[in-house]
Amino acid sequence: MSEEADIRTLRTVRKLLFAVVGMFVFGFALVPLYDVICDITGLNGKTAGQYVSSEPAVADTSRTITIQFLTNNNAGMPWEFRTEKRAMTVHPGELNQIDFYARNPADVTMTAQTIPSVTPYYAARYLHKTECFCFDQQQLAAGEDIEMPMRFIIDREIPADIKSLTLSYTMFDITDQHTSQQASD
Amino acid sequence: MSAVIEEHHDDHHHGPDKGIMRWVLTTNHKDIGTLYLWFSFIMFLVGGTMALIIRAELFEPGLQIVQPEFFNQMTTMHGLIMVFGAVMPAFVGLANWLIPMMIGAPDMALPRMNNYSFWILPFAFGMLLSTLFMEGGAPDFGWTFYAPLSTEYAPPSVTFFIFAVHLAGISSIMGSINVIVTILNLRAPGMTLMQMPLFVWTWLITAYLLIAVMPVLAGVVTMMLMDIHFGTAFFNAAGGGDPVLFQHVFWFFGHPEVYIMILPAFGVVSAIIPTFARKRLFGYASMVYATASIAFLSFIVWAHHMFTVGMPLAGELYFMYATMLIAVPTGVKVFNWVATMWQGAMTFETPMLFAIAFVILFTIGGFSGLMLAIAPVDFQYHDTYFVVAHFHYVLVPGSVFSLMAAVYYWLPKWTGHMYDEALGKTHFWLSFIGINLTFFPQHFTGLAGMPRRIPDYALQFAEFNMLSSCGAFLFGFSQLLFLFIIIKCIRGGKQATDQVWEGAHGLEWTVSSPAPYHTFSTPPEDLREAHG
Repeated sequence: MSEEADIRTLRTVRKLLFAVVGMFVFGFALVPLYDVICDITGLNGKTAGQYVSSEPAVADTSRTITIQFLTNNNAGMPWEFRTEKRAMTVHPGELNQIDFYARNPADVTMTAQTIPSVTPYYAARYLHKTECFCFDQQQLAAGEDIEMPMRFIIDREIPADIKSLTLSYTMFDITDQHTSQQASD
Repeated sequence: MSAVIEEHHDDHHHGPDKGIMRWVLTTNHKDIGTLYLWFSFIMFLVGGTMALIIRAELFEPGLQIVQPEFFNQMTTMHGLIMVFGAVMPAFVGLANWLIPMMIGAPDMALPRMNNYSFWILPFAFGMLLSTLFMEGGAPDFGWTFYAPLSTEYAPPSVTFFIFAVHLAGISSIMGSINVIVTILNLRAPGMTLMQMPLFVWTWLITAYLLIAVMPVLAGVVTMMLMDIHFGTAFFNAAGGGDPVLFQHVFWFFGHPEVYIMILPAFGVVSAIIPTFARKRLFGYASMVYATASIAFLSFIVWAHHMFTVGMPLAGELYFMYATMLIAVPTGVKVFNWVATMWQGAMTFETPMLFAIAFVILFTIGGFSGLMLAIAPVDFQYHDTYFVVAHFHYVLVPGSVFSLMAAVYYWLPKWTGHMYDEALGKTHFWLSFIGINLTFFPQHFTGLAGMPRRIPDYALQFAEFNMLSSCGAFLFGFSQLLFLFIIIKCIRGGKQATDQVWEGAHGLEWTVSSPAPYHTFSTPPEDLREAHG
């Protein structure tokens, strides 16, 4: 092979290696991309973070919406986790409050993280939470319990076909991650 | 690079070195092709043995032979070994042997890297197979290794699995860089891209697919590794991750991957059918464009594997229609093969039998794929034996039959001897009957609701499963005949002519049989015969 051909070969190899590295990075870029797409479209029933209202709450009393609450424990999570009411009927725009209750029956201190999910998924972006225990982690000593208030507003813009929605919370045991994080801090 | 090869020619160094070091240190594309082909055949037998363990357990309802834990390890390892250890390396082996000879190049463009990319593989699969003997057993989460099965609930050996996938991925990436550089830069002077044989075209496109998606696979297993060992939460909902994300990233790799395993098969069949129909390939240009279209579409249909995860309606519809669109270029190919045979002077030697069986049975697999693409009915078919039947129809009588066809077709060129035609035909018919007996009944059990990856099943599926197991053992043991035919052909047989087959066209048929250790040290001048 001539020298010129060698140079051509190297040039092609360099381009291809660049493509390989690019695609590896793209694989990781899918992670934030996925979150952004879920955020924009409200897919996956993910709710946003803490909501700060820009205008005073004005209830739209012409509509009522039933919101159901589910509490689940992830596999291996021993905590008692429940809600005071299974369902509420609310008006869009008004500020509502509901209490959740958690107790750590284990004989060690444990840390929990709760993850919300809304069904139907396209209702997620109309559910605004001004206060939620899911924004923080809960650490409870053995036998300790806690009342956790959750305040929310259902957006007045919520599509007319949504008459009821379900807000499901799953509680995860993150004691291990929590302690290892503290150790590294 | 190949300047070195030329210099070797000047002194007395004509043939290969002697002894084992010939194979360890070789940079010759024919030697490396041979290594790849033998390695993949060994993996085919290993993965096949696992399939027979699965089928033996499923011969009757109830648990007889293995425990469910081990059964799960078998389904997982069978899939991983067949995909990454058998089918993919076998096509790389064919690429190594044939691409330089088909385009009139003296060797692959990067011979040393070629050696590395092969020798990584035994380590990768040695590592993967070693997990079978570890505490907690081998990976048991299916070849698709969905999180959290493969992260939170995985056996400790999952880390070995991750590194094995990394190594196999590096090997494929190096192999495909080599293929692309060779095809783009080492074609005989005057050979245009549209003069290349279709096998070279399909491999060029496959190599681009590999370069695009193998790094994504490496990325997804790296994320798993970090979730398991470094406390990240890519796929762990408690830490803000999402298990569904795993499926998206995996299938972004996984769908192009299934075309990586079939596009070179299209190339093989496009070489064999014209030879034995004694006609030129019908619609060469449309074949090239169809291959490229399939490759492009493979990137935008991945979520049809995930219809049941809870996608929005718009997503289901989009992925359904996009998937069905793939049937158009694939249909172009099937019609072109049929049109090539139309009014041809056909003879039915073993490679042609395998090629025709490929066209028919791959089409059946394509049709069941279309059924699965229909989102509303996929909710019923999802994770049933219907899916198993579908992808085995495209992979076994698809990819694997094309590989067998390729071996019979080019074996005289490789060894210089004709194989035993009577034994070859026997092997074909045993395989053909075995494969259909194995996988056709699985369509019915799947539609009736038998779930996949389950060691036990309801009584009403008993007859079909028994048939299926009988077929599997027939197919499995007839591969020993294949091995015998190959060894017999290597050791002797009727001397093959240079052209070997009356209707064969292409540069590889212009060199003597067996192909000399170095071919096309000076580029060929007559390119009229270049594409078949």
